[in-house]
Amino acid sequence: MATMASRSLSRTDRWTAAVLSVCLFALFIAVWQLATSPSISTAGASPGLSPGSDTGIAVANDKSSGSPSAEDAEYAKLMGKPVVGADSGALSAGEAKASSGFPRPGEVGRAFLLHLSDPFYDRGPNDKGIGIQIAHSLGRVALGFGLALALAVPLGFAIGMSPLMLRTLDPFIQILKPISPLAWMPIALYTLKDSTISGVFVIFVCSIWPMLINTAFGVASVRRDWLAVAATLEVRPLRRALEVILPAAAPTIVTGMRISMGIAWLVIVAAEMLVGGTGIGYFVWNEWNNLALPNVIFAVTMIGFVGMILDHLFGRLQRWVTWVE
Amino acid sequence: MSLPFLRVEGLMKRYPGHSGKLVQPVFEGLSFDIERGRFVCIIGHSGCGKTTILNVLAGLEVPTAGHVFMAGRELGGPSLDRGVVFQSHALMPWLTVRGNVSFAVRSRHPDWSRPRVDAHVEHYVAMVGLSSALDLKPAQLSGGMRQRVGIARAFAIEPKMLLLDEPFGALDALTRGTIQDELRAIVRATAQTVFMITHDVDEAILLADEVLLMSNGPCARIAEIVDITLPADRKRESMHHDPQYYRIRNHLVDFLVRRSKELSTPGAAQFVPAGWRPPRVQPGLDPNPSNPPALNPSFALDPAGSHSNSNPESV
Repeated sequence: MATMASRSLSRTDRWTAAVLSVCLFALFIAVWQLATSPSISTAGASPGLSPGSDTGIAVANDKSSGSPSAEDAEYAKLMGKPVVGADSGALSAGEAKASSGFPRPGEVGRAFLLHLSDPFYDRGPNDKGIGIQIAHSLGRVALGFGLALALAVPLGFAIGMSPLMLRTLDPFIQILKPISPLAWMPIALYTLKDSTISGVFVIFVCSIWPMLINTAFGVASVRRDWLAVAATLEVRPLRRALEVILPAAAPTIVTGMRISMGIAWLVIVAAEMLVGGTGIGYFVWNEWNNLALPNVIFAVTMIGFVGMILDHLFGRLQRWVTWVE
Repeated sequence: MSLPFLRVEGLMKRYPGHSGKLVQPVFEGLSFDIERGRFVCIIGHSGCGKTTILNVLAGLEVPTAGHVFMAGRELGGPSLDRGVVFQSHALMPWLTVRGNVSFAVRSRHPDWSRPRVDAHVEHYVAMVGLSSALDLKPAQLSGGMRQRVGIARAFAIEPKMLLLDEPFGALDALTRGTIQDELRAIVRATAQTVFMITHDVDEAILLADEVLLMSNGPCARIAEIVDITLPADRKRESMHHDPQYYRIRNHLVDFLVRRSKELSTPGAAQFVPAGWRPPRVQPGLDPNPSNPPALNPSFALDPAGSHSNSNPESV
């Protein structure tokens, strides 16, 4: 009875949490809507101004294009500042525009629908669907992460099993580990002479350390009892590594992989902003250059979702390899 | 005269001290033999190096001095000839019971087919009464069941000798009794040679054919070998009705309480001649011990204890 009660209680809690999450999200959207709505920030906004901001932008553009400092005015408006030096008609429109400079939930929602309705289109180098951009980023991450995994696990095994190796490599690890992966970018670009390969290299560099250190730690802390069992059974080194040390250290190794993947997904966005070409990071930068903030918000949200899915996958893997004593 | 099955000659172990300082050895001058098919227990206080001796016999540790010969050949490292049951069961938690035992069986017989390995595993798991738990992980088992799996794993490689490091130390008294009975039955059925560490005097009397008594460390040594002269078919429930039981028990307890300390006076071991072998005593067959050991009341678990001590024949 007690377990039933607690189980049903926890289910209730889960539902409560879900409902609260939805409420919180609705609240967030409402605050966003209010904060970006022109009627709030400029009380005396002209009622003739149409609520649709697209029209608002069009009006503002029409008005300011005639003014001498057209670019300045446009920039100031987009930065949410009142336009100085523009004529009065443009000023009031500019003020209304300034308050709605940050996209409203509706605009961002339209951007979501637009991008998600056709995620895989490809219309030339600067116009690809969000799915293709994310696939490019994921491909780079997978390649860099895979290379790092292939190097970190065997090397971590060697370090974990040999104190001599640990002492020898420790200074290099300690110095290389805290270097921001993006700091490698100039060296990578100069040496590798290819932006895509440089991106992969940066992912490689940033994801190797947690895996290397966790593998070494996991291997070094394998219970001596299990190694003694393997020794008394005359288990050969390769079989001992694969059937005793690897499963014993697997939870620690996968934790390292999970941390590495998290870092890699953080870094790929920054790296792609730098090198350009393709990828979700480049998409964000490109849309910023287009001053298409709804698209930027959409892309940022997508980065969050993909990161969540990646972390979830590694969490699953972690549960699968974790053993309880 | 043929060589004994296991011969230990002048064993000594000294662990390195801080900054290379020479420390006293844990034990030294150990020489004893174990005949094939004997069940030998070793008793002594903590720190006298019992586990180190077992690890040396298992090949997991190298002695500072001395040699161990098994079946006429000197030991060189761990081997499938000696199965070890570890104090902390040492099961691999990511493997099931079947996986743990078959890991050992596949080490012994890498050429065996899968069905053959499975059949072998099932036989030995059934032997310790765990057939129903074959596909459970160690985390799902009780402490006693885990230790049984450890025993099954050691038996499954059919070693020439079994080494048990205080296998029942972490178990409750009831479970311990059950597994002791099982172990005794299996060992008697397979005529296995066993070397076992224990802290439990009654366990030693029930299971062992002979008990090695160790003086306290450092510089510990084997003071004497006690033959357990009780009938081989002794039972836990009837054992204490035998007048020999209390004589042996008193002898062992007296050793642990009093003599193990006296024998460990510093420097005593250096007067022990090389190749010295501990005397073999049979306190169970001596109705009037010349030096009747006083029974420490704290060890008298049974009210009949003091009674039988004063007049053993009346029991």
